[in-house]
Amino acid sequence: MSEALYYKTIGELNGLMDSGEISSVELMQSVVDRTQSVEERVCAFNSFDAEGALAQAAESDKRRAAGETRGPLDGIPVGIKDVLAVKDQPLTCSSKILADFISPYDATCIQNLKQAGAILWGRLNMDEFAMGSSTENSSTKTTSNPWNLDCVPGGSSGGSAAAVAAGEAIVSLGSDTGGSIRQPASHCGIVGLKPTYGRVSRYGLAAFASSLDQVGPMGRNVADVAHLLQAISGHDRRDSTSFKIDVPDFAAAIESFPGKQWTFGLPKEYFENAESAASLKAVEEAIEFYKGLGCAFKEISLPHTEYAVATYYIVATAEASSNLARYDGIRYTRRAESFDGKDSVDIYHQSRAEGFGEEVKRRVILGTYVLSSGYYDAYYLKAQKARTLIRQDFENAFAEVDAILAPTSPNPAFKKGALTEDPLSMYLSDIYTISANLAGIPGMSLPCGYSDGLPVGLQILGKPFHETDLLSIGHTFEAAHEYSREHPDL
Amino acid sequence: MEYEAVIGLEVHVQIKTESKLFSGSRAGYGYEPNELVDPVVMGLPGSLPVMNKAALDGIIKAGLALNCIIPDQCKWDRKNYFYPDSPNNYQITQYDQPICDGGYVEIELEGETRAVMGEHKKIKLTRIHLENDVGKLNHFAEDSLVDYNRAFTPLMEIVSEPEMHSGAEAFAFLTAIRQTMIYCGVSDCDMEKGQMRADANISVRPVGQKELGAKIELKNLNSITGVKNGIEYEIKRQTQELKKGRAITQATWRWDADQGRTELMREKEDAHDYRYFPDPDLMPVLIDDEWRNRIRAELPELPFDKQRRFVEEYGLPYTITSVLVPDQELSAFFESAAKESPKQAQAIGNYVTNDLLRELSEQEVALDDCQITPEHLLSLVNSVEKGVITKQIAKDVFIEMFNTGELADAVIERKGLKPDFDEDQVKVWCQEAIDENPRPVEDFKSGNEKALNALLGQVMKKSRGKANPQTVNPLLRSMIS
Amino acid sequence: MSDTPHIDIEKVANLARIALTEEEKATFSSQLDSILGYIDKLNELDTSNVEPTAHPHSVENVWRDDQAESELPTSEALKNAPKERQNMVVVPKVVE
Repeated sequence: MSEALYYKTIGELNGLMDSGEISSVELMQSVVDRTQSVEERVCAFNSFDAEGALAQAAESDKRRAAGETRGPLDGIPVGIKDVLAVKDQPLTCSSKILADFISPYDATCIQNLKQAGAILWGRLNMDEFAMGSSTENSSTKTTSNPWNLDCVPGGSSGGSAAAVAAGEAIVSLGSDTGGSIRQPASHCGIVGLKPTYGRVSRYGLAAFASSLDQVGPMGRNVADVAHLLQAISGHDRRDSTSFKIDVPDFAAAIESFPGKQWTFGLPKEYFENAESAASLKAVEEAIEFYKGLGCAFKEISLPHTEYAVATYYIVATAEASSNLARYDGIRYTRRAESFDGKDSVDIYHQSRAEGFGEEVKRRVILGTYVLSSGYYDAYYLKAQKARTLIRQDFENAFAEVDAILAPTSPNPAFKKGALTEDPLSMYLSDIYTISANLAGIPGMSLPCGYSDGLPVGLQILGKPFHETDLLSIGHTFEAAHEYSREHPDL
Repeated sequence: MEYEAVIGLEVHVQIKTESKLFSGSRAGYGYEPNELVDPVVMGLPGSLPVMNKAALDGIIKAGLALNCIIPDQCKWDRKNYFYPDSPNNYQITQYDQPICDGGYVEIELEGETRAVMGEHKKIKLTRIHLENDVGKLNHFAEDSLVDYNRAFTPLMEIVSEPEMHSGAEAFAFLTAIRQTMIYCGVSDCDMEKGQMRADANISVRPVGQKELGAKIELKNLNSITGVKNGIEYEIKRQTQELKKGRAITQATWRWDADQGRTELMREKEDAHDYRYFPDPDLMPVLIDDEWRNRIRAELPELPFDKQRRFVEEYGLPYTITSVLVPDQELSAFFESAAKESPKQAQAIGNYVTNDLLRELSEQEVALDDCQITPEHLLSLVNSVEKGVITKQIAKDVFIEMFNTGELADAVIERKGLKPDFDEDQVKVWCQEAIDENPRPVEDFKSGNEKALNALLGQVMKKSRGKANPQTVNPLLRSMIS
Repeated sequence: MSDTPHIDIEKVANLARIALTEEEKATFSSQLDSILGYIDKLNELDTSNVEPTAHPHSVENVWRDDQAESELPTSEALKNAPKERQNMVVVPKVVE
């Protein structure tokens, strides 16, 4: 089967480039052409610089010719969520308030990618400041699900997921605060991995909720995701919350499944309420697959699951209300056009009123409220304690099982506009992904079938810093199925 | 009715470090605007704070010097408020777990005269915590300009209990803190450079009343004397208001040093709700005994301890210690000479605090750069002690040493200052003086002690200053009677 | 938490420094009240003996040595400033 270059795997592309059959410039050109032909419908990018990307590809080709290739990502176009700082590129967070902002510095994960020779390709759309589950909260555009253009791609890393699914990038970086990598990956039929909190530096990731945010890789197959994870992982002295722990060889680990007797946990709370029976069916078929391989299964309970959404929306909005205070129309964000230059307090009120979209305002106000005088103990402290209980649920579970299998999302991608009027329902759709962020554990979504023609994701949750488990478990399923080779009809 | 003031101080002191509290950009003063900034200092999206170890060491040192307890754990909180000088619109500070708990500051009030030691008191501290400084606003007619160079400089806030009662006490409190911080090398406490800043909480109540009066926060106290004058003015103002039967309402006032009066800034606190919460970007700090002991071992002898020791060990008078002790370097200079010849410590102290300081200041030279060493002082006092030169001549020798770097012996030799006469010659001069000045002789005989000075002066003149008054004086007495 | 949580939207929006239209105030009030109603769920939990979690993985004493590192050139630091003069950020006159 001769597949277009833009849909090939990183392994295949490396083979082609190493043998001289193609150059990185040709690969990049193929991705640029693909983007130009589908982007009007997919709307994954806030911006891209084709010329700049081709120049990076030419540099990579020079390295390869000189025998100085820097590894599997050298010459591979990596799409970047518009929440990561890249020097001299826009960093908008899909917000009006940062519409004119050009970053004067690189995020650590971006420096790592540059070090690995990757081509930094475009700025991918997202929910404003990563707040949302559909990418509809973007101030720039609404991204479409490549599998059904009337549907949302999920969010907040909707642009990152859609671009990869549509062949507009080989892999991409997303960020995950409550499911923002896994849920759009699930909705767009690709692989998305949220690493353990502390595995990847947050330096240069515009913060939404600092104790929950994590940068992670998205790709069409597990091996691609492993390569990207390899490049961005590791301790960073610029991020006090990044963890000093060895980085394993992720690419090698994907083959390690057969060497181990696996026990998987099925949390009953995650199977009770799946709205779409068809979506649950695909997940159950995946479970049957692993049973067929002789893996042991245990029904487990994560009893505090029902409190996760409430806990999350207190912790995340409280942190966000403070993290977003810096966007004020003073130093680098857009100053309100309506501002008359007189009252120094108005500059904040007006710049933030003009610059922030509705969801951001709603969450900043909620977060401000839960921290305000007289409410701290009732909300924030209470949520921090509930967070302990949720974390302990997982600690207890992982004493018995190696990994947890569950749906990524209660339902496949929904129609655009379906939930915009009802924020609480939108929040509740994150119910299966949020707990991993509260507990700080790694999670991955992997395509495992379809429901009404829309992709469905299997979520694999692992022990802290055991991303290798997720990759090897996922790879085993992927190798026995065709999902990673199936692409939307665009 | 009698009234009394109750005063608490919040003193901000910058900790001297190379780099900022939460980023690697330099901490410094006098640079071009926005030269000392990086993504953290500008609060750029994605920037993250990382603690500066030296700032932690600095505040622990300050805390130990001010008798605080250093708890096993402290953490970081965000204090949320919008202000253009604050890059993130939150300050990283310590809300409920400060790095230093309690403690006290020993202060000395002014004595009756300069020669008399004043009363010593202990002013209790509530806490000392660490936080980041903010940028600097420069005000113009139409707008304000922000320079973020100062932002994120490590700043400690020393909070006193409301235990002071006068501007003089507040002055003494600040002076003591300043000297202690300078001694510890934690800060230079230069108020002109904003390295030390103070706000005062002042209330006045009738003597005997238990409850505190309404609190006035007094800002813009930009110098130590400003603190004293501002507080004294404010106490008077509040007392007069109360005497007129007017109530004081809680408010923030500012001291206008030029006008010499306080003025209202804002009525009651405009509903500050700082929404403190633990900073998720920073990890807590655990402090063990090993750390505490390491810093404790670095503590210098503190100013009042040194002063007491100088009095006890060297028998120095208060006046000399009160000049020496505020200057750590000068004290060390004094002591390295004095410990070689403790009996002459007072003389050494005199040369240091009078002659040396005078020459340094007149010639605008720093102690480090001048040619006088402890050895010079010793050579000088030994020459006097041995009676080689008089104290009077020693003053001139000192200046020579200062200018040339020669030791006293060399100066005396080169300038021929040694007495070139014997005791018999002195007797001859005494007799001449008695014979030539009958009036003072009569006066002395009739009980006027001072009259002897005229005769002494004559003898000194005849000896060209080389005679030793301590020999001449008794000689004259015995010869007259 | 009260029985019927209700946000004083004006006060909170002022703390958050976001000017809201009357319409936004009304919408947000009712949406946030219903979210707070949902959040009240947490009251069911007995957390009296539970330590709060501030960080997913507890680590202490993460710091750096006191060494100056390279800064942003002033022009880079100010290139996004809405208004700039004499290498400083221009803001409306503030009193204090």
